[in-house]
Amino acid sequence: MILFRLCVGAMLLMPLGAEAHEVYVSNERDNTVSVIDSTTWEVTRTFPVGRRPRGLTFSKDGRRLFVCASDSDAVQVIDPDTGKLLHDLPSGEDPEQFSLAPDGKTLFIANENNATTTVVDADTRKVLAQIDVGIEPEGMAVSPDGKLAVTTSETTNMVHWIDTGTLQATDATPVGQRPRHAEFTRDGKRLWVSSEIGGTVAVIDVATRRVVETIGFEIKGISGDRIQPVGIALSEDGRSAFVALGPSDRVAVVDTESFKVKATILVGRRVWHVAALPGGERLVTTNGVSGDVTVIDAVSLKAIRSIKVGRYPWGAAVRPAAGVRSAGAAE
Amino acid sequence: MPTRADLTEGGRRGFGRHALRALLTACALIAAAPALANPQLAIHYVERRVERPTPLNNEPPIPDDEGLRGAELGLRDGNATGRFVGLSFALTSTVVEPGADLPAALAALARESGPLRFLVVNAPADDLLAIADAPETRDAVLLNVGAPDVRLRDRDCRARMLHVLPSRDMLTDALAQLLLYKRWNRLLLVSGPGADDALYADALRKSAKKFGARIVAEASFDARGADLRDSALKEFAVITRGPEHDVVAVADERAEFGANLVYNTASPRPVVGTQGLIPTAWGRPVEAWAAVQLQGRFAKLAGRPMGAIDWAGWMAVHAVTEAATQLKSSDGSAIRDLLISKKFEVGGFKGRALSFRPWNGQLRQPVFVLWPGAVVAAAPVEGFLHRRTELDTLGLDEPESACRAFGGNG
Repeated sequence: MILFRLCVGAMLLMPLGAEAHEVYVSNERDNTVSVIDSTTWEVTRTFPVGRRPRGLTFSKDGRRLFVCASDSDAVQVIDPDTGKLLHDLPSGEDPEQFSLAPDGKTLFIANENNATTTVVDADTRKVLAQIDVGIEPEGMAVSPDGKLAVTTSETTNMVHWIDTGTLQATDATPVGQRPRHAEFTRDGKRLWVSSEIGGTVAVIDVATRRVVETIGFEIKGISGDRIQPVGIALSEDGRSAFVALGPSDRVAVVDTESFKVKATILVGRRVWHVAALPGGERLVTTNGVSGDVTVIDAVSLKAIRSIKVGRYPWGAAVRPAAGVRSAGAAE
Repeated sequence: MPTRADLTEGGRRGFGRHALRALLTACALIAAAPALANPQLAIHYVERRVERPTPLNNEPPIPDDEGLRGAELGLRDGNATGRFVGLSFALTSTVVEPGADLPAALAALARESGPLRFLVVNAPADDLLAIADAPETRDAVLLNVGAPDVRLRDRDCRARMLHVLPSRDMLTDALAQLLLYKRWNRLLLVSGPGADDALYADALRKSAKKFGARIVAEASFDARGADLRDSALKEFAVITRGPEHDVVAVADERAEFGANLVYNTASPRPVVGTQGLIPTAWGRPVEAWAAVQLQGRFAKLAGRPMGAIDWAGWMAVHAVTEAATQLKSSDGSAIRDLLISKKFEVGGFKGRALSFRPWNGQLRQPVFVLWPGAVVAAAPVEGFLHRRTELDTLGLDEPESACRAFGGNG
């Protein structure tokens, strides 16, 4: 807490215009979460969490941090200010990634080990449903209108569509080998899905559930099978998609209209995920092998900084500004 | 509501030495979800058991169900996936004991099951060829999961025979790449007396030549007639005394002495090859690229770690079911065509897309170089390049293979 207050003090001295955000990074091997301040780009805190933390996300108000502790078979709810565990949510076995519905309380959790998606009410802490999906579900997303949830199964190689009203899987769309991550566009009309081993990103029309575009990647001097798309972040203005390309150590920037690759940005080694900061100027990547986070300037499309975190950083989440006291949110 | 396919144990019978000719093991028939539009696709696991020497150092014996358990997991995975497109798969298992009549077992299988379309075969090279040339398998695709022999990918290849297990030369190429990467270029080679040992030693020599390592001396060792527990300390020191070398390479496929060579060499040198640091398709310490998921599912099913032949069994069934799922069809010839086409790619928990080489049917794949404690490297090792894919630095490349059976596909 003392350190935190010192940081708050330091932030007051920052130049105007640099809005302060906190980036939370899960360190899969260390069983910790690192907190990075976006004005100084320094790690301000590191706190212990459950075993093999992967996906992480915030409640809408930024007051609660949810962490998939895969090997602890739990979703942990943590007070982001103190790093203290508030309680666990029943999560099903081996929670890998999850997505919080727009209602702010329904959590859809991909259970990698037992081919199910678990739906939990984060307020009542009750399991609402367990839905059979394909093998090794991983990517999880809820549509902006909250009506649809999707999970990608890595060995079945499909996107499974879940009706959030009935909590039933209603359809499946085959995609490239080892689909890892799914991201709805802000208008909810399209779904972007990365295929790690297929080396592609599929853009799916949500209404028809058909793949309308398959994006491939080429990088000079890098053999095709090291280009392995994993994380996807869509820019606030909706014009660009940032795709983490795994062991090619690069992030591709894709134009969402033409589906052309505008740039590839060299980041750290084995880049897993990308998270965009509010305002659209900066993104961060988690680099599993080099154990660091790269900061990307979204305007120049260049890597501007790298920050050492714990071992095997995997997921990244930006704390909503409303929950950051230093940003002036009402207590 | 379709439920996950459940394997039933208990019905499994072996083809004993004195078994009746008609005795067929129709075990592990799987009750899967009812097919919607497509008929259930049957995959047949056929194994010829081989006699194995008694473990030398009380190590766990090679499991009796190595290969089959992997195929069973592949079936489970395949059904869990296939149900989303209205497909279901079944697996039968036929295990023929050493010396028992394999053609009879095959004929019985065909009588019982109808036309054979997909066979996962775990058998020595000669048995595999006999199965490939039998009338019952005229229209079948054979997936080899047990025979590493190079000749099956070379002059003895067959058009309908795919190889899921890496060949011996893929293994020794992987090892050689790591040795070169580490600049451990000088090998002292110790070979056992078996025919397989000679093939392994031969593959090692070729790999050394291919990548620029040097075999500085060779010795042979026959464990028969000596009690290693008494003699290892002295005898191994004598046979591994030789010109300067970086590693002692061992060719001992039946594991008759190699494990005892480790730490028993004249000079303090690592042992590599069939024991010590080994190249292999799969092993217990393999963890990366989500392998831990597959390892976990397998351990839950089989109650033991997954070995290389288990992985190949899983991979063989996974490839067939994945091709069927991509096609949304159980049509045997369409599945076969897709499997060997250039557009087919499949994941195998090895960090890269795997595919079958169109010139000899070998599955392109990374090979792990590991010891029981850890994976040291996954080949292709950094720096070994190929114009098509680095995976083709391992094993017979297109111009080197004498296989012509795939003809138009090449």
